[in-house]
Amino acid sequence: MSAAAVRTTRRRRSDGRMLRLFVPLAAYTLFTIVPFYWMLLFAVRPDGSTSLVPWPLTRRNFVTVWDTLGYSVFVRNSVLIAVITLLFVTVVALMGGYALARFRFAGRKAFILMLLCTQFVPGAMMLIPLFTVFKSLGLIDSRWSVIIAETTFQLPLAMILMSGFIRNVPMELEESAMVDGCGRIRAFLAVVLPLLRPGIVAVGSFAFIGAWNNFLFALMFLDDPTKQTIPVGLSSTIGENTVDFGALAAGGVVAAVPVVLVFAVVQRFLVQGLSAGAVKG
Amino acid sequence: MTTAPADTPPNEPGRPRRGGARLLRRRLAPYTLIAPTLALLGTFLLFPIGTVLYDSLRHDNPTEPWDNGFAGLDNFRRLLHDSTFWSSLAFTGKWVVLEVALQLALGLALALMLNETFVGRSVARALVFSPWAVSGVLTTSIWLLLYNPATGVLHYLSRLGVGSPSTAVLSDPSTVVWAAVLAELWRGVPFFAILLLADLQSIPKELYEASSVDGAGRTRRFVHVTLPHLRDAVVLATLLRGVWEFNNVDLLYTLTGGGPAGQTTTLPLYVAQTARNSYDFGYGSALTTAAFVILLFFCIVYLRLSKFGEER
Repeated sequence: MSAAAVRTTRRRRSDGRMLRLFVPLAAYTLFTIVPFYWMLLFAVRPDGSTSLVPWPLTRRNFVTVWDTLGYSVFVRNSVLIAVITLLFVTVVALMGGYALARFRFAGRKAFILMLLCTQFVPGAMMLIPLFTVFKSLGLIDSRWSVIIAETTFQLPLAMILMSGFIRNVPMELEESAMVDGCGRIRAFLAVVLPLLRPGIVAVGSFAFIGAWNNFLFALMFLDDPTKQTIPVGLSSTIGENTVDFGALAAGGVVAAVPVVLVFAVVQRFLVQGLSAGAVKG
Repeated sequence: MTTAPADTPPNEPGRPRRGGARLLRRRLAPYTLIAPTLALLGTFLLFPIGTVLYDSLRHDNPTEPWDNGFAGLDNFRRLLHDSTFWSSLAFTGKWVVLEVALQLALGLALALMLNETFVGRSVARALVFSPWAVSGVLTTSIWLLLYNPATGVLHYLSRLGVGSPSTAVLSDPSTVVWAAVLAELWRGVPFFAILLLADLQSIPKELYEASSVDGAGRTRRFVHVTLPHLRDAVVLATLLRGVWEFNNVDLLYTLTGGGPAGQTTTLPLYVAQTARNSYDFGYGSALTTAAFVILLFFCIVYLRLSKFGEER
């Protein structure tokens, strides 16, 4: 092929790519970004402005949200709940996932069946009976109720994912460590755990995002406003008769920034991990 | 987390010691590992489910204490004649089908596009996936801003001559469903896109090369290589997402509150209203039980399709 011919084919190929790939992708990216932009716009734009470019910037909405609407407290509660849930889910999912990936034991099938079926339990419909359970445990109005409920509902999927990740670590690595004199636990900690880092990051960030976003459990089990979380704070801004859109947007930004950041960092691991076969877990 | 091999005690397990105790420990190990899970799921999931099933057979309404007690199938008889139950079930079905079909179509298209190599792909991925991390209430907040008739996106579009000015899409019965569907699509499509992209990346390149050598074009490669490979992931993701959309409460609860006039009330929303507003726990439990039965059907299909029990 002559150089000119190569150039023409290339150009034709890139025209095709424009139509097939970049135009629809740009359209979809716009659909993704505009809502985020709108929220940011309302959060930093001075009251009464209708400009689509937020200039001059104002901090006023954030000050309102942080000081008057109690977000400084909500953020602390949300961080606390999300981090403890992350730790619980990750540790328990590691234990259970290891059992599923490495042991054959009586009742294993029934256990997996139970994990799969819990995916079909509507969390919203469990609120009343869960309320009764927490009440009898004296955990109503305690942040532990949200942590425990969130951990319980996230655990099955986290465990299935984690066992997929563990299964992808060759058993021989552990066996050779054990032949070298390590115990099972030490072999796991020294050999398997470092290789599981992407899996732990994926499962842990799932747990963090889920707990950070939890709305119904916090709404239902926590009455005390000093224990409330961000989503409930947001919904109470919505619920009032006259919505302060600036405050709503600023609250939204505060709620969105941590999860979107976490997600942007881990989505690479997520795709890797899922394609490593965990989907079929 | 590494440990120096030097501090390994000489009689650490790994080579045979006294058999009995070790064997027992090996036997018990998996049960020790799953014990916390069993305790959590038992106390906070299975036991509450049992309570729901039991309560569905009772009159349990603190505002009508004289009537409380065992009621047999009363609640279920009432359910059969409850038009709100049927209309909420019908809307749930419509919601699930719309959401899942549109999310699958858009998600697949996105996954295929993001699977190609181009400059800025990782940025595009992070951007396009990001709404997935956003919660129902946050999605609601964002879309309330967008849909607001006075200051929302539609207002600006109408100034450019697109659409009519000041349409209140959320209070207009003819648009409210679509407004809710669109908001949920925004955060739901990335789920399919991520899952399907992951599956696309697990297709061996040799398969495409082989079919190229055989003279297959882009379309044929898609139909004969890509689609068959994606089938399992599509089926499972569709089912799971279907159940999640069935159970989706937070978005509809805060975006439309089930309104206007019950237009966007799903079955879970109706249950929440029954329990929260009218304190009718017995009837709420019966509605929940009905939902369980419907979801059980999905569960069975899921287990069949995920080939539960074969090679695990």
